[in-house]
Amino acid sequence: MSAASGTTDVSLPGVTTVREGGFTVVRRGLALSPSIRVGLPFTILLAVLSTAGGAVVPVLIQRTIDAGLADGGDLTVSDVADTLTVALVLVLLTAVVAYWMRVRLFIASERGLAELRVTAFRHVHDLSMLTQNAERRGALVSRVTSDVDQVSIFLQMTGIMIVLSLGQMAVATVIMAFYSWQLTLVVWFCFLPLVVSLKYFASRLSRAYDRVRRTVGEMLAVVAEPVVGASVVRAHAIEDRTQSRVDGGIQGNLDANVRAQKLVAVTFASAGLAGGLANAGAVAAGVLLGVAGNLSIGTVIAFAFLVGLLVGPAQMATQVLTEAQNAVASWRRVIELLDTPADVVDPGAAGQSLPDEVLGARFEHVRFAYPDGPVVLDDVDVEIAPRQRVAVVGETGSGKTTFAKLLTRLMDPVEGTVRLGETDIAQVSFDELRRHVLMVPQEGFLFDATLRENLRYGRDGATDADLVTTIEDLGLEDWYASLPAGLDTRVGQRGESLSAGERQLVALVRSALADPDFLVLDEATSAVDPQTELRATRALEKLLDGRTSVTIAHRLSTAENADRVLVFDAGRLVEDGPHDDLVDAGGVYARLHASWVAQASLGGIDPA
Amino acid sequence: MSGRTTTEVREDGTVPGEQPLDDAVAAESGAEPDRGGLGSATPDRIMRRGFGLLGRGIREQKLLFTISAVGSVLFGAMTVADAWVLGWATDNVIRPSFAAGEVTTGALWVAVLLFISVALLRALGVIARRLIGGIVYYRLVATYRRKVTRKYLVLPMSWHHRHPTGQLLSNANADVEAAWAVFMPLPMAVGVIAMLAAALVAMLEADVVLTLVGLVVFPALFGINVFYQRWLSPKAARAQALRGDLSAVAHESFDGAMVVKSLGREADETERFARATDELRDANIEVGRIRSIFDPLLEALPNLGVLLVIILGVGRVASGAAEPGDVVQVAYLFTVVAFPVRAIGWVLGELPRSVVGWDRVESVLSSQGQMPYGDRELSGQGPARLELRDVAYRFDDADRDVLSGFDLDVPAGSVTALVGSTGSGKSTVTTLLSRLVDPTHGRVLLDGVDLRDLTHAAVADAVAVVPQGTFLFDDTVRENVALGTDVDDEAVWAALRTVQADAFVARLPKGLDTQLGERGTTLSGGQRQRLALARALVRRPRLLVMDDATSAVDPEVEQRILRAFAERTRGAGGTGPTVLVVAYRKATIALADDVVLLESGRIVERGTHTELTERSERYRDLVDAYDQAREARS
Repeated sequence: MSAASGTTDVSLPGVTTVREGGFTVVRRGLALSPSIRVGLPFTILLAVLSTAGGAVVPVLIQRTIDAGLADGGDLTVSDVADTLTVALVLVLLTAVVAYWMRVRLFIASERGLAELRVTAFRHVHDLSMLTQNAERRGALVSRVTSDVDQVSIFLQMTGIMIVLSLGQMAVATVIMAFYSWQLTLVVWFCFLPLVVSLKYFASRLSRAYDRVRRTVGEMLAVVAEPVVGASVVRAHAIEDRTQSRVDGGIQGNLDANVRAQKLVAVTFASAGLAGGLANAGAVAAGVLLGVAGNLSIGTVIAFAFLVGLLVGPAQMATQVLTEAQNAVASWRRVIELLDTPADVVDPGAAGQSLPDEVLGARFEHVRFAYPDGPVVLDDVDVEIAPRQRVAVVGETGSGKTTFAKLLTRLMDPVEGTVRLGETDIAQVSFDELRRHVLMVPQEGFLFDATLRENLRYGRDGATDADLVTTIEDLGLEDWYASLPAGLDTRVGQRGESLSAGERQLVALVRSALADPDFLVLDEATSAVDPQTELRATRALEKLLDGRTSVTIAHRLSTAENADRVLVFDAGRLVEDGPHDDLVDAGGVYARLHASWVAQASLGGIDPA
Repeated sequence: MSGRTTTEVREDGTVPGEQPLDDAVAAESGAEPDRGGLGSATPDRIMRRGFGLLGRGIREQKLLFTISAVGSVLFGAMTVADAWVLGWATDNVIRPSFAAGEVTTGALWVAVLLFISVALLRALGVIARRLIGGIVYYRLVATYRRKVTRKYLVLPMSWHHRHPTGQLLSNANADVEAAWAVFMPLPMAVGVIAMLAAALVAMLEADVVLTLVGLVVFPALFGINVFYQRWLSPKAARAQALRGDLSAVAHESFDGAMVVKSLGREADETERFARATDELRDANIEVGRIRSIFDPLLEALPNLGVLLVIILGVGRVASGAAEPGDVVQVAYLFTVVAFPVRAIGWVLGELPRSVVGWDRVESVLSSQGQMPYGDRELSGQGPARLELRDVAYRFDDADRDVLSGFDLDVPAGSVTALVGSTGSGKSTVTTLLSRLVDPTHGRVLLDGVDLRDLTHAAVADAVAVVPQGTFLFDDTVRENVALGTDVDDEAVWAALRTVQADAFVARLPKGLDTQLGERGTTLSGGQRQRLALARALVRRPRLLVMDDATSAVDPEVEQRILRAFAERTRGAGGTGPTVLVVAYRKATIALADDVVLLESGRIVERGTHTELTERSERYRDLVDAYDQAREARS
């Protein structure tokens, strides 16, 4: 079961992947979570001490028997009172030590992992892949959730079990050796095959669990088909085909689980078998040695109890090793994430400030390419004057979105410089930059909170009066009045309680509250009802007033109304000028325009 | 809208809309009554129903469960036998040999043989218990996963619409696993009961007084375990629920990364996440504190028992009431029995979770209803005629009709556009046409035949509906287009060409064999929509219904696709399907022979685009919204 709930090992593009050994990972992982290391040696010492409790019973048995119990005669409790007292104290003491060790371990590891989570979370927000690769967001979430959970399980269960098991085996072996080296050899000889085959079984089990994890992924994908694809399945009458795919996925997972279970059962059973052999060997050898006068009778019997201390760890060894490998893999993934450098670096307090006026922008021979990827934008050289209204057009993949992202420093150019006014934006602190430049994304993403909280994303600490004033400034008071709970309206997950159009309105108000000088807009393409569309257009008009703006345009009207149109094609800025000029020029823009007109005019009738 | 992902399953296994199982457990055990739900159930009732669930699982896997139970009983008995052999060896081999100063060879061989036989039998028992017991669990899970998914395929779409996707996925996955999870420790628990009985017999046979120690220690172990589980479960459930909350915060924050970044809210978001993290940390530490108390206690208890056995045993041996071997045997029993006893605690701890999981699985399996199909086939060929006669539709639980008094004729071989504002009922019309739902009143006729009289295959062959959101299967491009129908690659390519998808498919790493879906190549929204269109075309439908199916396609490409469709339908010979298209873009509307304007579930205008533009202000308002917006600017 534990294997089935493991996280999927998805590599992330752009994430540093240097395979490090298990010990390096643990060492580096501990270094990244300082709280875990606080007092760790002492905790481990306590752990080792607590294993001494296991030795109490065998020694007690040996001493009682040798004190005269075996003779069946006149042994009284007072004869073994000292031993019993020491034993009692030790049992209680080790219990207390064990408690202390565990509490320390839980607190230290939970604190350390909480730090690790928060650090990793913060780091993810600094990675540009977050905004570039929506498909991989799930993988990033699991880095800060289930991967860290795996590490926590490792530290609190598997890891400590390894320490305790090794401690217990060491204690048992030391006491055995103290009693009789010959019997110790006999016992260990019986466990030898297990020890030798441990690595083999652990790697087979590890592969078996890998297979289980893979089949879980395959199964989840096909099990989703009758649910997520229900209408497609129904509409195409492919129920039988779907069911056989689902059955296949389920069967594959079942087979993989059973296969792994076989290995678990065999390794588990063989440890018990080794224990039985060791007992038989110890009794036989012990009697032979004892009769020869080399051993006491109590020692022989105590060995049976000591062997018991070895069986437990041996039973669990294979599984513990496998789980440890999984946990280390999770830990490695978190570390790799943290190792990935933030591609856009905030100069912070050392950064330059921007003058307090409406600024223009300048691209100086800017080039952009993804690591190991094709060139997305090449040699873009353009100046945008303050308060100019610019529309950027081009087909999908032309580089127009990249242009906008460079302008807001969601990414940095590979070559060239982007300036705001006269200042290189790479030299401006994020705080300062965001006071001046704001990107308004295509989808009006909202957080699952009230309208008030969502609007305050734009300006922290804005009062209700500020919010309402801004809503009115954008001419949205009638829409606001239609909301059932006003600012207390809950927007639902991702804002889904509101319509797509309303989400865009909220995003516009939010942007107006942020009050930037320079707006970069990705125009929405999704269809909304006409009334909201009209509202949004008017609100946007008010928002843009007096500000510099660059809009990634999907509509003819936006380009037509702009002061200037930049046309991108295959990563290059190919045309630049007002709408009318570009239409006359008969180039890329003229072609795009023709297709727009074909859409806007119905069946050849010109709406204008 | 356009970027909708294939499925909503997230990588860490959580699903939006899924109620964390442990929330419900916490509610059920009364830990947080304010969470509501199953709060009224008492622990006793849960236990009773839990045992009912055990009975059901055992009946399902009668043979294998019996084998695993027998194996586990064998394991339990052999564990006790091990202690007995040690006691026997003490009195019959070790002591006599030491007393006599020479090895009692015969008895020694017997002891060795006994040790090894017991170990072998015990190993056999362990394998039966763990392997067969594991198979029982995995088979139960697989069986019920199949049952649940089969049910999903039968239940009508109206049922699907009432249930959130996340919940249904979780029913088929996490809930099925939770329902049967109790079967993992169950065989062990059965063996432990046998072991305790055998231990009692062995102790009684050894010495009555020493048995008393056992009668104190074993029930104490058992009681502490139960108490431990009861105390731990609600805390563990709370931690699990907080883990879900934390995951939700991370998902939301990363999904909204663009907003976070552009508004410079990283620090605030980090603080929000840190608050959730701190809560989880504290809850985990609380769980840890409880475990820190009980684990050492459960380890110490048998050792204390051994001390007591020695104290009493010394007296019993001195008085001649017991043999030294008896003392050794009972002491050894304490050390070997203590750990397995925990299995009973595991079973009892797992039961409430299993009951909650089972309740959710049950609610799917007991759901009623399926779409009944007729037995008629359609006779004709080529484009079909569509008629809707006085159709009304109302969603379950709704208090008014989405469609009412709806009459529509779509002549064979025509292209009809359906327009209307959001919520006017356009999409509902499309779901009626492929019988995803049936009208609550009135009839839908294809070539004069009521859809309800047709076989499922006849409907599916004749009508293809292409929805706005595209679902891709975790399969190759070829299979995603063909969907099991017997078409050759040439037909697939032809369909791809018609929807302008041949170029990008040819550029995919393995062409038609490229794996798509959740774990395959990622396609853009427009590419996905084009595959969905190809999927419809390759089946040569007689009625093609598009519900804003090209919303994410580049306008230019969309125009080419739609023109190709219209030509096939209206061209000489008219081999293409009759087309009904839900349209938002003017260019799409322009291609239609006939435009139907919907408002609040009724047809309010009908005619060609030119007619409607001249005649209807509502129509002009709707389709000229962008132009109006433009005029408002200047």
